[in-house]
Amino acid sequence: MRDVSTWREPVPPDGTMGEPRARGRFGEYGGRYAPESLVEACREVDEAFRDAWADPGFRGALARLLAVHAGRPTPLTPARRLSEALGVQLYLKREDLTHTGSHKINNVMGQALLATRMGRRRLIAETGAGQHGVATATAAALLGLEATVFMGERDIERQALNVFRMRMLGAEVVPVTTGSRTLKDATSEAMRHWVGATGDSHYCIGSVVGPDPYPWMVREFQRIIGDEARGQCAAELRTGVPDYVVACVGGGSHAAGTFAGFADTPARLVGVEAEGGAGAARGRLGVLHGCRSLFLQDDDGQITQAHSIAAGLDYPGVGPEHAHLRDLGRARYVTVTDDEAVGAAVRLARTEGIVPALESAHALAWVIGAADGGDLPAGSTVLMTLSGRGDKDVSTLKELL
Amino acid sequence: MTNPTLAAGAVERHLRARRDTGRGLLMPYVTGGITPGWTDYLRAFAAAGADAIEVGLPFSDPTLDGVTIQQAGETALARGASTRRILADLSGMPDVGVPLVASTYYNLVLHDGHEAFCAALRRAGVGGLIVPDLPVHEADELTDVAADAGIELVLLASPATPQPRLAEISCRSRGFVYAVSLMGTTGERAALAVSAAELTERIRRVTDQPVLLGFGISTPDQAREARRHADGVVVGAAVMRRVLDGAGPDDLRAFLATLRQALDQECDRPR
Ligand SMILES: Cc1ncc(COP(=O)(O)O)c(C=O)c1O
Repeated sequence: MRDVSTWREPVPPDGTMGEPRARGRFGEYGGRYAPESLVEACREVDEAFRDAWADPGFRGALARLLAVHAGRPTPLTPARRLSEALGVQLYLKREDLTHTGSHKINNVMGQALLATRMGRRRLIAETGAGQHGVATATAAALLGLEATVFMGERDIERQALNVFRMRMLGAEVVPVTTGSRTLKDATSEAMRHWVGATGDSHYCIGSVVGPDPYPWMVREFQRIIGDEARGQCAAELRTGVPDYVVACVGGGSHAAGTFAGFADTPARLVGVEAEGGAGAARGRLGVLHGCRSLFLQDDDGQITQAHSIAAGLDYPGVGPEHAHLRDLGRARYVTVTDDEAVGAAVRLARTEGIVPALESAHALAWVIGAADGGDLPAGSTVLMTLSGRGDKDVSTLKELL
Repeated sequence: MTNPTLAAGAVERHLRARRDTGRGLLMPYVTGGITPGWTDYLRAFAAAGADAIEVGLPFSDPTLDGVTIQQAGETALARGASTRRILADLSGMPDVGVPLVASTYYNLVLHDGHEAFCAALRRAGVGGLIVPDLPVHEADELTDVAADAGIELVLLASPATPQPRLAEISCRSRGFVYAVSLMGTTGERAALAVSAAELTERIRRVTDQPVLLGFGISTPDQAREARRHADGVVVGAAVMRRVLDGAGPDDLRAFLATLRQALDQECDRPR
């Protein structure tokens, strides 16, 4: 477990998670580093999103879908027994209770609705853990769209349950056999495919990565987590605002959505990365998959492969806004190991009756370690987003436990 | 901002001069470091009548390349290829007599830093640079730094590019304008895409710089057809598939000679 930067208070300007600056910039990060063949498609997504996001009709339709189909709002659950053991007050924002079992549905419902508004008939997606793929397949079925999901061969093996779910939902799952055969390569292949399909297909990126406007758009679609939690904390917490807001970070979409609800408060924001996929904590400036951000690289500038037991955290980079929040000192990025995450998953199951996704277990592992190690002062209030449920990970866990 | 002592614009001057004699331009591609003696391919390309040679600096995540060039890049990287080693190989060989144009993804440029990267290209005798994931609206800084180092930054135009943007790309591109013939990745195709003719015509309306068509051009017939619209062709995957299948420099010289001949035969272009 390692910290890379220290807090800076009060909240600096430009760290409040508003609209990016010109040309999709969050500080020096972001941008639209897309091949020329995709630049026009990105511009169309940007224009359509700005238009839709300013349209109460679109917002209302999305809110209805999220309510009647995805099960929002999700509850805020006090983790009573675990809180007592840790000496902090831990609250869980329950994205695991959404339809399809993770926060990914928030973004996908937004993008799928946008795609229909743009007249697209097919969604393209990449997936690591399979949660974004399942969400995409679900939204496509619901709205009468086709779905093509790219997934690394290695992830197809370890997330077999989700592969079956996607196919059952009518999506085409395309195995990716290049490179590390995980999320990074699935993303590259989805982009290649989009180049030849911009006319009728929308690329539904699953995290706050990719060329402008994706990092901003996906964060806005995930912001509902933070906005709901802000209201729930105001009602439930004596202090109104938690002392700490914690979420795991793969690309960083639900962390960004959660942070966005608290960026203008004194809450300390903590992003938890996998030890083997720590783009924010250990990455260097680079450009991959359309944006300038922090990426794990070797001395020659080649992107290195991430390694995590949690397929959804197996990405060598981090969204550009997180890189910016890190530079500002507004958020802090820490790492936990596979073992710590597995231990935290078991502990949550046995104290609260919740089996978390291995991704989410990383966030919890930091909370446990920080409470035990004194990094989290006794009595602190902690909001942690529980991004997904653990069903998809049972075969991985079965081999370990 | 260009430095006159470093012969800025040499690639463009060379290509213009050849084009103006009525010659169809041929720019074959090779992935740097693909075999131990890979620079022999450059000599073979020049001997076959190449007008410029594109040297790929392999990157771990080539998001605009199809399977052939992906495989070539993986093979080269597995052999230990890197920007530094490839440029060292180039520095160690005698001038092949035609301009060398490096191509790579932006991460490798950013990793070394614009100045250092361009200076290293220049020292290795490279005159141009193609960065397919650096579109015109993000390219200002590198264009200037490259020009100061005597490197011509070539920009790509696509069938999806709207006309006003095409004018901007053509105006800012150095060396030549790289016309991406189709909406897709690199890789051999059965026929020249219909979008190729339309795109080239649209570029012609806004510039008289040399225009090379690339992506998918694999056969003499396709080169001949491309030549009816453009000043010449870039041939990548068709070369690299042969190299991956074990073809040596002599085999590639023979293949490129068939393309050279096709380009030389095609004289009835409307210009
Ligand atoms: C349950 C769960 N949590 C977290 C993530 C990581 O994604 P992000 O960082 O974009 O929230 C994933 C991605 O697949 C996931 O499935």
